[in-house]
Amino acid sequence: MFRNQYDTDVTTWSPTGRLFQVEYAMEAVKQGSAAIGLRSSSHVVLACVNKAQSELSSHQKKIFKVDDHIGVAIAGLTADGRVLSRYMRSESINHSFTYESPLPVGRLVVHLADKAQVCTQRSWKRPYGVGLLVGGLDESGAHLYYNCPSGNYFEYQAFAIGSRSQAAKTYLERRFESFADSSREDLIKDAILAVRETLQGETLKSSLCTVSVLGVGEPFHFLDQEAIQKMIDTFEKVPEEEEGDAEVAAPAEQGGGADGLGDQDVAPMEM
Amino acid sequence: MTFTIPIDNGDSVKNAEADSQRTLYPYVTGTSIVAIKYKDGVLMASDMGGSYGSTLRYKNIERMKAIGKHSLLGASGEISDFQEILRYLDELVLNDNMWDDGNSLGPKEVHNYLTRVMYNRRNKFNPLWNTLVLGGVKNGESYLGMVSMIGVSFEDNHVATGFGNHLARPILRDEWHADLSFEDGVKLLEKCMRVLLYRDRSAINKLQIAKITEEGVTVSQPYSLNTFWEFKAFHNPTAGAEGSW
Repeated sequence: MFRNQYDTDVTTWSPTGRLFQVEYAMEAVKQGSAAIGLRSSSHVVLACVNKAQSELSSHQKKIFKVDDHIGVAIAGLTADGRVLSRYMRSESINHSFTYESPLPVGRLVVHLADKAQVCTQRSWKRPYGVGLLVGGLDESGAHLYYNCPSGNYFEYQAFAIGSRSQAAKTYLERRFESFADSSREDLIKDAILAVRETLQGETLKSSLCTVSVLGVGEPFHFLDQEAIQKMIDTFEKVPEEEEGDAEVAAPAEQGGGADGLGDQDVAPMEM
Repeated sequence: MTFTIPIDNGDSVKNAEADSQRTLYPYVTGTSIVAIKYKDGVLMASDMGGSYGSTLRYKNIERMKAIGKHSLLGASGEISDFQEILRYLDELVLNDNMWDDGNSLGPKEVHNYLTRVMYNRRNKFNPLWNTLVLGGVKNGESYLGMVSMIGVSFEDNHVATGFGNHLARPILRDEWHADLSFEDGVKLLEKCMRVLLYRDRSAINKLQIAKITEEGVTVSQPYSLNTFWEFKAFHNPTAGAEGSW
């Protein structure tokens, strides 16, 4: 996908039926740092890699609570993500106020997708440059959705977005069939292991990742660093038989906050 | 209660319709609704009368209607406002069905929606002149609530509107208990409706009983209650006061 004469406007089709601006917006999602989501029949776990601008700064917030029963993890232009999170919170709270009942997550993602679609069909707008992993509960149980800048949304058992998400996806693909019946603890463990896949060699520490959980009888909340580190300790000490790759004793030359190869020129807004 | 403060629809000099657009008095009204929770769900009773002031003008008005799959709405007060509310709810249920996603509005959601509507109308000094009773069952849980024309809203095990508050509720307070059977529930409601029939001048002897359970709503055919008028005091009522009217 390179510069061509059909990519100036989001309202210009290419001769092959593509909207390049929308596809470029999806590229922005791929540049952001990884976000991972998985669900069982009763719980949803959202996890992300904490990326900081520099060693001096704090990391960006990529997971947001939308309501007690809905959370969202973003990848791409975090500013766009923040705005959409605010929209989701607003929709959720308005529904709660009128109906005294939680907004079903399936309906929220449709509202979100319709909002994104509008930006693909107005010449004076641009698509949102953020992918959202929306996890939530409704009458039929726990759900995980992915909303993309194109205005499409899909439901997943498990998914990963952002840079080096393919490594996490490969891990999840091997394991997803067991997720539906997973216990809460196993689900969290799988999420952290998936995060580790995206770090590719860097030592997994609780400071590098953020994990959130929601489920039946458990409102959305973040796991604190201690709990995450404890979970990491349960598998980092034992050499992996199943995973094969991912070294525990990787040399620490990569340093803290390093993105690894190929990411040095990522734009500052794409975290 | 008077609702005489004008809505800002322009001044009445230029806009003669300004005042006539607000509800000031009810015209055709329904009387009490009585409802109770019972073992399998909720039972609701109402008569089929629509009064035009003191005239018992309409005798075939259904004041209880099913809403969606899980709820039953009964209304007393202005019948045209009840019909308006049914239109609102029709749209609400339609949109809910159009989602076609396995989620559906339960009685709690409908009750709260109605509370918002009634309260917002009250704040504009243009109320829907009704007291509504909302009952339903969803996922095994029974629900029974009430909303008044000023937006007062609450849930309870047994509710009544209008005269029912004064005549039926004392009976219900004494005799209602959890897990009433269907037969006992109907007997209890009939007892209340009989008292209302004797004492409420806008009640007519043609009533319906509606039941809502997990399976859905059924509204009975209209029937009438047996009444007893052979009290000795009613025989020769003018004895001792001949010639008076």
